[in-house]
Amino acid sequence: MIATEGLTLDSLSPRQMARRRYFKHKGALVSSVVMAIMVLFVLFSPLTTRYGVNEAIFKAEPGHPNSYLSPRSEAWFGTDDIGRDIYSRMIFGLKVSLIIGISAAIFATIVGVTVGSIAGLRGGRFDDLLMRVTDIFLAFPFLVALLVVRNFLGELDFLTPIVGERTSIRFIILLFVIFGWMGIARLVRGSVLALKEREFIEAARALGASNFRIVFRHLLPNSIGPILVALTNTVVGAIIGEATLSFFGFGPDAGSGDTSLGLLVSASRRAVTAGFWWMVVFPCTLLILVALCVNFIGDGLRDATDPKLVHGG
Amino acid sequence: MARFVLRRLLWAIPTLLLVTFLVYVAIRIGTNPSEAYQRSNPRANAAKIKEYEELNNLRGNYINSYWGWLRGFLQGLFDGGESWQRSIKGRREVWPEMKDAMANSLRLGLAASFIGVTVGLGLGIFAALRPGGLRDTAVNTGAFVAFSIPPYVSAILAQLLFAVMWSRWFGHTLLPTSGVYPAGHQGFDLWLMVKHMILPVSIVAIQIIAVYARYMRASLLEVLNSDYMRTARAKGISERRVLMNHAVRNSMIPVVTVAAIDIGAILGGLIITERVFSYPGMGDFFLTAFDNGDFPQLMPFMVVIVTTVIMFNLLADVSYAWLDPRIRLD
Repeated sequence: MIATEGLTLDSLSPRQMARRRYFKHKGALVSSVVMAIMVLFVLFSPLTTRYGVNEAIFKAEPGHPNSYLSPRSEAWFGTDDIGRDIYSRMIFGLKVSLIIGISAAIFATIVGVTVGSIAGLRGGRFDDLLMRVTDIFLAFPFLVALLVVRNFLGELDFLTPIVGERTSIRFIILLFVIFGWMGIARLVRGSVLALKEREFIEAARALGASNFRIVFRHLLPNSIGPILVALTNTVVGAIIGEATLSFFGFGPDAGSGDTSLGLLVSASRRAVTAGFWWMVVFPCTLLILVALCVNFIGDGLRDATDPKLVHGG
Repeated sequence: MARFVLRRLLWAIPTLLLVTFLVYVAIRIGTNPSEAYQRSNPRANAAKIKEYEELNNLRGNYINSYWGWLRGFLQGLFDGGESWQRSIKGRREVWPEMKDAMANSLRLGLAASFIGVTVGLGLGIFAALRPGGLRDTAVNTGAFVAFSIPPYVSAILAQLLFAVMWSRWFGHTLLPTSGVYPAGHQGFDLWLMVKHMILPVSIVAIQIIAVYARYMRASLLEVLNSDYMRTARAKGISERRVLMNHAVRNSMIPVVTVAAIDIGAILGGLIITERVFSYPGMGDFFLTAFDNGDFPQLMPFMVVIVTTVIMFNLLADVSYAWLDPRIRLD
């Protein structure tokens, strides 16, 4: 009776406490808002874009070429080498990049969680093999491994109906699933290993719970925090990875009428020496902004789900 | 200790063989060497193609041809690359070009690592000493932002700022943005070389600083909160000694380990940065060879990468065991 007095603050549910901690993380809060605005821009792209993805701007005055226009009222962020509006293309590019990032992260999480929990629960040979393979794979320079695996998959003709052409979006997503699941699997494995000896798992087992139930009702809900953080990391990894591939000329096909952040940034490389700064600054800023926001959201989630963490003393 | 190192070294050999075999198969399938050869040499007749295929053991099963490649490669280690197959474009020797590329990369990588590690560790310590304060927040946020920016984006922005916009505003370029020397330059010139390296080194170093500052800060914070720090202070050891001998030394253990494993990320950053700055290093070597599907050039490069990665993993294990007396070696 006396004990409940003055403890109203502590009687929040864990979820409420997590939410409170998340909102305390200023970077995460601001990033969530910025991210939400960007997603809204993409969702309402028919309203927010001013021109089509491959539509050239024709200026009122005849005789003037429309390519490489600096920012002005007809094109807020200027135009590119063949006179397309960079502002509109950035929204279309962001859409493709977000699709790649989010779907790669979701599929990678599904694969990673499955493999990781089996490895953690079963242990033994399978576990050893998994750790060895991921050790080596993760230690490779990202770009080298990415390019080698990309060409390897692309050359296997019998896989083409499943994975698609190597310049398709599906192929790119699959590539990042292949690279993304390993980190998540290691993480889930670690947290399963740490949790499986705990009393509440033993209690569940004593009550006759199946492995399936133990994983889905007890182990995974208790490691949801690290999984969410890893998920956000995979989103950033895939978005930046796609940009890296495009930058070096191995990205999705530019001719298909779509664009991506990576393709926009790679186009900027040719504009640097000529001094068309708007082609460089705007796409690069957007890519940085996306990466930063998702990373901050991940950081906020880490704080929110791990109360033991000493953050800022 | 010696036995432990020796055993790990012996274990590294089968790992190395296995990984190079997998890489060999992946590259054989991925680049399709015969086709790449014909693409680079459109006028090659059937006999030439056959010769190329035979020299590179491209016929027969993978295990046999891997063995043939490995023999040639190992022989090449002792005769200065004479026994390695020549590149498909222009039949150039691989080793001299790779040697130059390695030297250039090593120079860039070492300079960036040195700056990155010292500044990063310093910033990490600096931040951890006043947790929650202004400088902690500044270092932490700064590192977080720097960490989020992909290296080629910062490289492009740096090029734009220091080369193009600077000359537009002030009438002269501040820093060169490509190569080791200006085109047509002959001989050795230290100052010119340093000037060409400033931008690429800074780009790579920023990434390293960001990673190290965060590791160091987190690690030191954990140590500072541990019981033996209180014990050390209670014994009356001066604050300076407590900090240097107890806190920083102990917090280095996880940092060193993570750092050694991180070599792949540093190499990756190097490759990307080199390409943007047209710096003739290993990254440029790899990407050019990869574009051409140049099998004889790709394999030695991959061996260098695989060896570096495995050796640094080993180094991580050994240094961890060496730095932390609580770890038993056998």
